[in-house]
Amino acid sequence: MRFLNAASRSSVYSYASLVAGVLLMAGCNGIQSALDPLGRSAEKVAGLFWGMTLGTAIIWSVVVGMTLYFARVAPLQGNRRTSAMIIVGGAVVPTIVLSLLLVYGLSLMPDMLDPAPEGSLKIAVTGEQWWWRVSYDSADGEPIILANEIHLPVNEPVEFQLESADVIHSFWVPSLGGKVDMIPGRQTRLKLEPNRTGVIRGACAEYCGTSHALMAFYVVITSKKDFDEWLEQQRAPAKSPVEPLALSGEKIFLSSGCGACHTVRGTQAMGAVGPDLTHVGGRMSLGAGIQANDVEDFLEWLKRTNSIKPDVHMPSFHMLPQDDLLALATYLDGLQ
Amino acid sequence: MNSDNSLPQDAIATDVEPLDQAPSVELRRAQEERLMQTWETPSGWRYWSSVNNSDVGLWYTAMAFVFFLFAGVLALLMRIQLAVPDNHFLSADFYNQAFTVHGSVMMFLFALPIFEAIAILLLPQMLGARDLPFPRLSAFGFWCFLLGGVFLCGSIFFNAAPSGGWFMYPPLTSKYQTGIGADIWLLGFSFIEVAAIAAAVEMIVGTLKCRPPGMRINLMPLYAWYVLVAAAMILFAFPPLITGSMLLEIERAFGWPFFNPAGGGDPLLWQHLFWLFGHPEVYIVFLPSVALIAMIVPTFARTPIVGYGWVVLAAIGTGFLSFGLWVHHMFTTGLPGISLGFFSAASEAVAIPTGIQVFCFIATVAVGRVTRSVPMLFSLGSLMIFVFGGLTGVMVALASFDFQAHDTYFVVAHLHYVMIGGVIFPMIAGIYYFFPLVNGKRLSDKLGTIAFWITFIGFNFTFMPMHISGLLGMPRRVFTYPANMGFDTLNFVSTIGSFILASGIAVVFWDLVRPKGNEPYSERNPWNAGTLEWLQEMPGKPWGIRSIPEIDSRYPLWDQPNFQRDVDEGRFYLPDAEENMRETIVTSIIDAKPQQCLRLPGSSFITLYGAFSLGGFFIFGTYHWWWAAMASLTVAVGVFSYWLWTGPIPDKLEKDVGLGLELPTYVSGTASITWWAMCITMLADLTAFISIVFGYFFYWTIHDDFPPKPSPGPGVFWPLTSVVLLLGAWGLTLLARRWNDRDQSGAYYVGLVSAVLLGLAGAAALIAGPWFTGLDPQEHVYPATVWLLVLWTVIHVAIGMYMQLYCIARRLAGRMSARINGDITNVALYWHFTALTSVVTVAVIAGFPLVA
Repeated sequence: MRFLNAASRSSVYSYASLVAGVLLMAGCNGIQSALDPLGRSAEKVAGLFWGMTLGTAIIWSVVVGMTLYFARVAPLQGNRRTSAMIIVGGAVVPTIVLSLLLVYGLSLMPDMLDPAPEGSLKIAVTGEQWWWRVSYDSADGEPIILANEIHLPVNEPVEFQLESADVIHSFWVPSLGGKVDMIPGRQTRLKLEPNRTGVIRGACAEYCGTSHALMAFYVVITSKKDFDEWLEQQRAPAKSPVEPLALSGEKIFLSSGCGACHTVRGTQAMGAVGPDLTHVGGRMSLGAGIQANDVEDFLEWLKRTNSIKPDVHMPSFHMLPQDDLLALATYLDGLQ
Repeated sequence: MNSDNSLPQDAIATDVEPLDQAPSVELRRAQEERLMQTWETPSGWRYWSSVNNSDVGLWYTAMAFVFFLFAGVLALLMRIQLAVPDNHFLSADFYNQAFTVHGSVMMFLFALPIFEAIAILLLPQMLGARDLPFPRLSAFGFWCFLLGGVFLCGSIFFNAAPSGGWFMYPPLTSKYQTGIGADIWLLGFSFIEVAAIAAAVEMIVGTLKCRPPGMRINLMPLYAWYVLVAAAMILFAFPPLITGSMLLEIERAFGWPFFNPAGGGDPLLWQHLFWLFGHPEVYIVFLPSVALIAMIVPTFARTPIVGYGWVVLAAIGTGFLSFGLWVHHMFTTGLPGISLGFFSAASEAVAIPTGIQVFCFIATVAVGRVTRSVPMLFSLGSLMIFVFGGLTGVMVALASFDFQAHDTYFVVAHLHYVMIGGVIFPMIAGIYYFFPLVNGKRLSDKLGTIAFWITFIGFNFTFMPMHISGLLGMPRRVFTYPANMGFDTLNFVSTIGSFILASGIAVVFWDLVRPKGNEPYSERNPWNAGTLEWLQEMPGKPWGIRSIPEIDSRYPLWDQPNFQRDVDEGRFYLPDAEENMRETIVTSIIDAKPQQCLRLPGSSFITLYGAFSLGGFFIFGTYHWWWAAMASLTVAVGVFSYWLWTGPIPDKLEKDVGLGLELPTYVSGTASITWWAMCITMLADLTAFISIVFGYFFYWTIHDDFPPKPSPGPGVFWPLTSVVLLLGAWGLTLLARRWNDRDQSGAYYVGLVSAVLLGLAGAAALIAGPWFTGLDPQEHVYPATVWLLVLWTVIHVAIGMYMQLYCIARRLAGRMSARINGDITNVALYWHFTALTSVVTVAVIAGFPLVA
């Protein structure tokens, strides 16, 4: 039985070291991590996860250890009165453990699922292939339409209304809480409540077509004061550029038909097909969380939309003269 | 032995002993010659007309393994793409095709088929039968599987493969993927699913009716129990998927808006139908693999399984529970808290029967004395991996945790722990264990041990890190990810691990295919096992078992004295093939009392013609070449008719099967295997129909007014007329059965002709309802559902009329009589179901609007 002996010992060791190694790696913080929570729901789930991981380690070690030990020493040889072991190990213990876990796990849910109290901030998000239309309710009743970036005030519950314009998407900000699907023909909802400030990332979690991997967004959690300022600034129309290159960029923007799809509030561009660009230059990313947001990035994007984001609906504008593209990029980057 | 394994008193009382004296050597030699002649495997290109379970099972297993390797290569390509962030090794589109095909092939062309393949190979041996009850049906299933599988896998070489994920959620797959890929998935897999259901029917009838005399249902090997449970689950799990696929393909091809909210449809209906299939599917592939462990562990522990009854009950319990869990795949769709709580609890509960099974195996190990072997090594590895996967399953079953884990790499890790631990490792254990039954040679212990360590280490390095990458925010089904998100290293480790895992599989593959010509044959029963399949000589004979034994133990090779000698010397039943007819014994379901000496059909290419003509219907349908598809279907109907018509009718009605037992060669009704096959098939068919009815009421629950107010519906008059006519056709069919049994030919013909006419009128009346009120199925989901129910019923009535005409022809041709009455008996059974279908259809389409 040396064979099984060695087998069992080394495999238990390899398991233990692998688990330990993986957990160590998990120590590094991620910008999109459910284990590095910045919100109430995520905090609870992370705690639940660590507790369950501990339980898993214990149960696994007991079951596997027991099997390997039995395989070596056959303690009950010939004695078939094992019903107690089967009933206790297979039914009684699991029933008790699972019942406790279920009661605890489900007790977390009301707080996650209850809607935010009346008067809380409301944000409508629509998933589209492959970007996010974001709409803030405002005091004057006129919604503020933005895209691909969400700012939230810390320590305030926020009610999200989720919809889809085309296929099924799923709205997920791991550091704040679980995901909820966006389903055509239905409206779903989600409450999130950040309790620390910071910049984190969310992503689409439901496979939604070719560029599903390239559908993300940034979430910026700030103080209430900073948030209010930001929202006020976002509500304002775009400022007309003063720099000549940007000014010519604006002309090219309007004359090349960009306005058929995009809105830049304060200009004649009122298209509603693609993302609102009124303050696009001020966002943290371009292309729904996939690129930085400098002039060069705009230039790259305009020239090769389809190779950056396969099957994207926006055509590439590589046929425009380089100077025009540069002007366009400068204009867009300046829409702060 | 002990109390657990002892026999009930009455079984001992009726016990039959083998012949005291062996037949003379000359007689035995003559018997063997006749058996050999009868069961001879065709040679040359005719080899492919074989229908013997040992040939078909082998092809099936080999082909499933090829598909496994193919899907594995796709997985490696995906792992290369994900090794580093922002990689451009694969295009987004190809990656999406790759993960779709990987998942679909692993599920539909590997995990499920290899279960059926191994069962085809082993079940008759384990049950001491010469073959399965419907050998040609197995062969037909194999050819369907081969054709459909090659068609599906081939599509990726033309960049035309499905790319909607193996779960195919609309509206992505209905409106937003206009290529042919989704059609290939929907029709190709429906074709294979039909074959899977056919195999399930065979498994059920095989385990229930083809056991050796004396093998009461509580003596059946655990493998057969698991196969029975899994096959029964197929009957109720696959029809919802087939219905869903039909709805989605009809929406794609003809614009009936089942899943389109603009027409009142709902994408969530697909998810319900898909996961009603999808979750049981996990257990359908898992249980038959555990079954292999249940055969291996007692052999190497040198003791009967501990807690046989517990294992059986737990397997059945798992099967039942698995149908109540599907919603846990939909926890993030915005369901109310009460549903989340209920389905969380149900999902946790399934851990209990699984735990009981695991502990029965552990207890067996504790009771016995385990000997070293490769199968045991893989079994222990399976336990380590599977228990871990089960525990992460407990985590994701909890809705609150699943909100985070769902659709991330955590779930990818979980499902591979369950599937590779619960399916692949037991499968490899089974391959090493059972390989001597295939060609009489043993696989290498050395290579097996090496393969174990490589796969075990590679597996954990591949999938352990994915738990963490998922929780660090990596969603599933992404073709790339940005750098510095915290999962670069984890993904790199996974990729390295995947290649280690693949090299382990390569070692297994090499061990399987390496030339073994100059190695000696294994001794008989090399592992010293106790179950019937190890009676086989090395190498095996095409007849399977020399004589069919009387069984009175779960481990006859251990418990019944001189057992191998008695079987070998033909001291039991059917030691001969006097008429050169393939024969096996059919027994009763519970007590395994002999009921029939079944004449089995021999080699034929008709199975191949049937599969390819039916396949043509589905494949041409994919390209929307409707005329070619209908032509192919017509050919298929012709082939099936010829197949049925030429089925063997015994020339003598009684046969002495040995040991003084005289058995009928022809039975009908509940004693016959065909009656059971029809009944089981129709249960599956009824489940598909109920799925449509489920759809109707699902729409009712999501709409405030359903049926929508201005819609006229199909009215009441025509549907009621139709149901009266159809019930008339049913009643006349039952009367015709009685007239046939009384040999009243005239009444029989008049009755059946009138039944056909009533059926025709009933079908027309059913169509007349929505036709005259002008229901337009493209306009809204209500008329679409009504039309679908109507068409479903009409198609079933049409098939029923065809069967009635067939019965008329059979009697006219002298192929049916008062005694040879299986055809009309089974057709009457079919009409029970058709009558029920039409009553439900009319109650729903005409009755429900009145009360809604």
